[in-house]
Amino acid sequence: MTLSHVLLLASALFSVGVYGLLTRRQVVAILLSVELMANAANLVFVAMSRFRGGVSGQIFAIFALALTVAEVAVGLALVILLYRAHSDTRVDLASELKQ
Amino acid sequence: MIQSIGFGLVALCMLATAIMVVRSDNLIRATLWLGGTLLATAGLYAIVGASFLASVQVLLYVGGVMTLMIFGVMITRRHEGLDVPAESTGGVRGAIAAVLLFVVLAAAIDKTEGLDVLRVTPPTTTAELGRALLVEHVFAFEVLSLLLLGTIIGAIVLARKRDLGAAVRALHAPRPAAEIPAPPPSASGDDDASSKVAA
Repeated sequence: MTLSHVLLLASALFSVGVYGLLTRRQVVAILLSVELMANAANLVFVAMSRFRGGVSGQIFAIFALALTVAEVAVGLALVILLYRAHSDTRVDLASELKQ
Repeated sequence: MIQSIGFGLVALCMLATAIMVVRSDNLIRATLWLGGTLLATAGLYAIVGASFLASVQVLLYVGGVMTLMIFGVMITRRHEGLDVPAESTGGVRGAIAAVLLFVVLAAAIDKTEGLDVLRVTPPTTTAELGRALLVEHVFAFEVLSLLLLGTIIGAIVLARKRDLGAAVRALHAPRPAAEIPAPPPSASGDDDASSKVAA
C-alpha cells in the first residue's frame, strides 16, 4: 500500500460519485452521491497526512467532516422545501427560475 | 503485508458499496449502502493510523448523517412502506463521463513524481491532534462553530412550516383574478407572516 494506491482508490470513489450525480433524478440520491465525493476528498487528506507526516491533513479532514454535516442539514431542509412545493423530490420539478 | 491485504479488502468493500449506492433502485437501500461505504472508509482511516478520525467517522457519519438521510427520505413520502424508487436516467452517458474522469485522474497520479513513497510516519495521537486543533488552528475552529450555528438556524428557517411552498404552488396554479377572495378585515396585508407565526 503506497500513497498512489490510496489516491487511485479515492479517484475511483470520486468517479462513482460523479456517475451518481449525473444519473440520479431524486434529490436525496444526488445528496448521497455528493457524500461519496466528499468522502473521497477526505480520504486524500488523511492519506497525505499519513504519508507526508504532520497533523494538518487530519485537521483539514475534521473540518471537512463538519462542513459536510452542515451541508447535509441544509440540503435536507431544501429537500423538504421542494417536497412541500411539488409533493415530490425529483430535481426536474425545480424549474421555477426558468419561467 | 497484512496491511496491504487489509487495504485491498477495504478498498474492494468501499468500491462495491459505492457502486451499489449509485445503482440501487431503492432509495432506502442506497442510503444503507452509503453506510457501508462510510464504514469501509473508517476502516481505511484505521489502517493508515488515523484512529481518532476513524471513530469520528463512525460516530458522526454513520450515526448522524445516515440517520438524517433516512429521515429525509421518509419525511418526503406520501405512501407507506420501504418501496422508495430512486429514478435514474442517462446511465451510459454518465458512465462514460465517470470513466473519463477516472482515467484523467489516474493519468495525473501516474505522472506525478514521488508518490511511491512508503515512508511510514508515526501515527498521529489524539493528544497531538487536539493540541493542533486548539492551539494552531483555534481561529478556524471558532469560525467553524459559528458556521455550524448559522447552519442550524438556516436549516430551521428553511424547513419551518411557512407558506413558501404554497407561494410556489400559487405561481403554477392558473388563477382567475375574480376568484381571489378579499382579505379579511382583521388582518392587514403586511403583517401576514407574523400573524401566521402567531397562529
